[in-house]
Amino acid sequence: MADELFRLWVYLSSTPLAGLTLTLVAYAIGYAAYARCAFHPLANPVPIAVAVVVGALAATGTPYRTYFEGAQFVHFLLGPAVVGLAVPLAREWESVRRLAVPIAASLAVGSVVAASSAVAIAWALGASPSTLASLVPKSVTAPVAMGIAERIGGLPALAAVLAVATGVIGAVLGRYVFDAAGVRDLRARGFALGLAAHGIGTARAFQVDREAGSYAGLAFGLHALLASLAMPLAVAAWLALAA
Amino acid sequence: MSPLLAGLTWLLVFQSAGEAIAVATGLPVPGPVIGMALLLVAQRVRQGRDAEASAPLGVAADGLARHLSLLFVPAGVGVMLHATRLADEGAALAVALVASTLLALAAAALTFQALARRTAPDGGGDPPSHG
Repeated sequence: MADELFRLWVYLSSTPLAGLTLTLVAYAIGYAAYARCAFHPLANPVPIAVAVVVGALAATGTPYRTYFEGAQFVHFLLGPAVVGLAVPLAREWESVRRLAVPIAASLAVGSVVAASSAVAIAWALGASPSTLASLVPKSVTAPVAMGIAERIGGLPALAAVLAVATGVIGAVLGRYVFDAAGVRDLRARGFALGLAAHGIGTARAFQVDREAGSYAGLAFGLHALLASLAMPLAVAAWLALAA
Repeated sequence: MSPLLAGLTWLLVFQSAGEAIAVATGLPVPGPVIGMALLLVAQRVRQGRDAEASAPLGVAADGLARHLSLLFVPAGVGVMLHATRLADEGAALAVALVASTLLALAAAALTFQALARRTAPDGGGDPPSHG
């Protein structure tokens, strides 16, 4: 009996089914907790789901690579989700066009502040060069951050983790920062969430208000576009100046 | 075809077009970001006409947007690959991430709000219109 169970487990854990199922079950647990807490920002579902998955993998001795064979199907959907951000954007287009100046300025200021302050603080605290390079794209969505990190001497997998952590931090703290700074405009709050905390901030903004969500999606998409063009150039220029 | 399936198909078609353009032109921009720009243009061109035809896109895009957080779980689990580095540099990273995210949120939101008041003073303190 135990032998058969073991063989069944070996079979199941060697197919992508296990990783995929575990991801969805863990997210269902995280989302249920989030809903139970009346969608309070502190109960963000991502860290809960990550903790459940990491716990399950550690308990069964499953390596990340095996897990990702199944989880990649969920990860893959980030692509179509980014494409789909065009839909709320088209809905809000008239107001977006009128706000071109605040959008461009907020994008530029937010992007520079996010990347430079993260690198400066980590450098002052003694982080290694490859960690610093992985920190540069931390406010950009995970798959794009991985590509940028690779081109500037960072570690793609670490950049993805730092991006997810940043997204969670932004989604959790956004409300408190905006209230403290006296920002009541929902479009400004949404835009800042998408800019600083990419998809996880955007999910949070949609949770609060549909218009805020649209502006978050706009910032999330624009930041991915700007960062993939500008960050490699900015880092190359900085290294040339420093040398 | 169900609206969800039709919408997802359109999203994948636009993503594929975006990836093709990224590879063909050698631009460092990710394919999905180009796909998003193409879809936005397509929706603006067809604006007003065929509201029925673009409904499936709304279903698929809203469905993905509503659970965007789920899509970040696999990348987040990658944290287990970096246990050593996190033990060595975890404190520096935590301080850097929290402080920089606070600064970026405040800087982006304050910049947007200050300039939006000047360009479109009507929208400043709108009450939330949905939930």
